[in-house]
Amino acid sequence: MSTDPKFEFLCRMGDNALVLGHRVSEWCGTAPVLEEDIALANMALDLIGQTQLWLGMAGEVEGAGRDADKLAFHRDVWDFRNVLLVEQPNGDFGQTMMRQFLFDAWHLAQLTALIDSSDKEIAAIAEKSAKEVTYHLERSSDTVIGLGDGTEESHRRMQAALDLLWPYVGEMFLGDDVDAAMKDAGIAPDPAILRAGYDQLVGDTLAAATLTKPEDDFAHRGGKSGARHSEHLGHMLTQMQWLQRAYPDATW
Amino acid sequence: MSSPESSEYKGTEAAPHGKARSTEWPLWEIFIRGQHGLSHRHVGSLHAADAEMAIKNARDVYTRRNEGVSIWAVEASAIAASSPEEKGALYEPANDKVYRHPTFFDIPDEVGAM
Repeated sequence: MSTDPKFEFLCRMGDNALVLGHRVSEWCGTAPVLEEDIALANMALDLIGQTQLWLGMAGEVEGAGRDADKLAFHRDVWDFRNVLLVEQPNGDFGQTMMRQFLFDAWHLAQLTALIDSSDKEIAAIAEKSAKEVTYHLERSSDTVIGLGDGTEESHRRMQAALDLLWPYVGEMFLGDDVDAAMKDAGIAPDPAILRAGYDQLVGDTLAAATLTKPEDDFAHRGGKSGARHSEHLGHMLTQMQWLQRAYPDATW
Repeated sequence: MSSPESSEYKGTEAAPHGKARSTEWPLWEIFIRGQHGLSHRHVGSLHAADAEMAIKNARDVYTRRNEGVSIWAVEASAIAASSPEEKGALYEPANDKVYRHPTFFDIPDEVGAM
């Protein structure tokens, strides 16, 4: 595994999109209503598209002959650099949309900051992705409000989802050596500076949804560094990478 | 199209699936304008809780491949429609009045497609 911080950073961006994209695609054909099914599949495709850009660039930066497919399908759990939030299981529809909202709010802030990156290629990927993610956030925040401020049952499920997922929010704002190197190079923002805007946006949305933000800010960590993923990622990869594992380098 | 009541949640917990409510998301008819200068055309229908959600759902269901520049969503119940039983009275009288159709004129080739 390369230790080039830029490669690490690109894997983090790409793996967030890849893992969440795969998670969301698991709803294909089983969402509660047809319209949501199609919307979720669209979002999954957006995220997989972004994955191709980030991991494609990561492969070029690494210069070891790995392309986006190689990185996606030929790495094992400990080489993944996504935050723990996105690998959490779908649960019910409310839990999926809560996870989406909590990620989208960070994702859009991060991409918006990356548009000003000193690296022109990163800036271009961010600009393209930000358009898609703006819509993702609009949709997920509307759904969180609709279900949170909905029926007794939907409110209860959304609060349970928020309580379950909140401990995974903090990791997105914890910086490390990779983030410091990116900040020094003017490539990416210090993760911590995105927190204030995030808290504002999430606070407003949760208030409109009549949901209560958990007071405890304890944060699980270990996803973006790869040190300790939750058990769920390995199970997901056995599904996602099955074909490449069973039939290495198979092509259409 | 499915409705929220008739479909099963893929739940983390087994939710008792009670009796279906008599209400469901209303049906919306979707009209899309493909290019500037053309008119909106009916493309299909979908269910949504309100107008805003109908537009969003239409965006995902019908404009994914860059088909549209403008979306109209009209609640289906707000559309006044002619009844199929009145077909005879409404349309048949037009059939035997050939003089109403401009089919007796030779159109010069130079005019092109009309």
